[in-house]
Amino acid sequence: MTTTAPASAATREALGPTLVRLQRAGADIVVVDADLGKSTSARTFKDAYPDRFITFGVAEQNMISAAGGLATTGHVVVASTFAVFAEHAFDQLRMSVAQPRLNVKIVASHGGVSVGEDGASAESVEDYALFSSLVNFTVGVPADVVEAEAMIEAAMAAPGPWYIRTGRPKIPVVYTEGARFQVGKADLLRQGTDVTIIACGLMVGRSLAAAETLAAQGINARVLNFSTIRPLDTAALEAAARDTGAIVVAEEHLVHSGLGAMCAQALAQIAPVPMEFVGVQNRYGESGTWDEVLELMGLTSGGVVEATKRVVARKK
Amino acid sequence: MVAETALDLSALTQRVRRHIVRMVYEAKSGHIGGSMSSTDIMAVLYGRIMRHDPKRPDWAERDRLIMSKGHCTPVLYAMLAEFGYFSTDELATFRRKGSRLQGHSVLGKPEGVENSAGALGMGLSFGLGIRLGQRLNGIDAHVYVIMGDGEQDEGQVWEAAMAAAHHEAEGLVAIIDRNGIQNDDFTNATMRTEPLDEKYRAFGWEVRAGVDGHDLAAVEDALRWARDVKGKPACVIFDTVKGKGVSFMENNPNFHGAPPSDEQFVLAMQELGE
Repeated sequence: MTTTAPASAATREALGPTLVRLQRAGADIVVVDADLGKSTSARTFKDAYPDRFITFGVAEQNMISAAGGLATTGHVVVASTFAVFAEHAFDQLRMSVAQPRLNVKIVASHGGVSVGEDGASAESVEDYALFSSLVNFTVGVPADVVEAEAMIEAAMAAPGPWYIRTGRPKIPVVYTEGARFQVGKADLLRQGTDVTIIACGLMVGRSLAAAETLAAQGINARVLNFSTIRPLDTAALEAAARDTGAIVVAEEHLVHSGLGAMCAQALAQIAPVPMEFVGVQNRYGESGTWDEVLELMGLTSGGVVEATKRVVARKK
Repeated sequence: MVAETALDLSALTQRVRRHIVRMVYEAKSGHIGGSMSSTDIMAVLYGRIMRHDPKRPDWAERDRLIMSKGHCTPVLYAMLAEFGYFSTDELATFRRKGSRLQGHSVLGKPEGVENSAGALGMGLSFGLGIRLGQRLNGIDAHVYVIMGDGEQDEGQVWEAAMAAAHHEAEGLVAIIDRNGIQNDDFTNATMRTEPLDEKYRAFGWEVRAGVDGHDLAAVEDALRWARDVKGKPACVIFDTVKGKGVSFMENNPNFHGAPPSDEQFVLAMQELGE
């Protein structure tokens, strides 16, 4: 565990150091890389364990199928690249990893639109929809670097395929007093009775800020960090719906295929309530600073505040 | 370990070809042509070349066969059953509801199936990963990857070819069953991939081409050569005949993925010595 959390950090910074720590502690990790180790922080692992770091060049399809083969020899395999480039190997993820349920962990950085300046081609607005569509995958999006470290450690200890999305920009640390990550469990960050805000990734910090603003306006919002997208914590969802009667989902992803859509599908069967969705609306990203692009998409605490007021107004 | 000397390979290949025709006939679907073109190569692999033990399918030191052309399950299942991985009785369940013998291969179903396949082009990558993983474990074993010549259309094959040479993947053996026919047509009409030998050589492999894939002695000689290549991956390109063993199926694109009729079934089994 990180003993003293920084005020802000990028979630991608967790990968290399966490893997080095786990390997030192006796894990059997092999990292496969597609020429982005400096940016994903996987390179830190190469420096410590060069024999356990296998480069495949800019060839993600080969890398993913080879990762599956490697996993059959007993190693825990971590494949690292950018989120958009992990998408490049979808069929390989399906046939060489998901269907045979092999022990491969995809830890992809530069998720979402907060990549910023690189623009549409680099901004994955659909990555965890794709990974969530693959049977046998556990899918997670950490809220900060502290949770990223805990999530990576949990993934390494759990058998089977995982997808973890990390991000490029330095964002405020939410878990300043240590991680509380549990696979498949939403984390209650703020108790509330009027409405529930469900978020993942960098929208968790922004949703907490929104809740502060809402409290000043007399709306008492519960905030849940849904850092595990699959399996979805339906118990926390049901409790949120029954206790607060309205839900907002905030995420850095397309709304029609993201966490919000998955929550709505689950709630439709167990406890339908009014919902609003803060996310990317049927479009690709574009260039700008990461903060500007988030603003353009409405992925701000102000955007969450507005959506929350709308959903509260819809409560009967 | 399978005894190397006692086995009559020629008789084995006839039995396996009969299994193939019967499985596809009874399932009313499946891939005879590419199964029959690979039969002799696979018989030599399991019977003379590979270190394997049907009683220990998870043995870490085993050589592995990766059937990259995952539609050719009839020959894979028939061969595994003949070598005792499971009962030949189970072959009758091929492609049936509830069967372990799926239409295209699924890792571990049944014992001895080392990869999931059906989408083409992934087996060489998967086999490379296995070989690199074995090497990290200090295991000196071989991985034999069987691909079709039509499969060479897939770009991923060439990503794997490049990476295997880069990582000096000694012990990785690519086997190309060059039967000249793919799903819709002859390979030369669909996508020209020749000269395959020069391509693999240019990618940094040791290559032996022009080997008759139905001459058991020639097949064994080539595979022994490939097994002993040092410091590089090895590629053997076998010239084969699609549908080999049944006159009217040979070199006939209609028997890529279609079952024989009742009449064809009887004729085929007669030709195969039943």
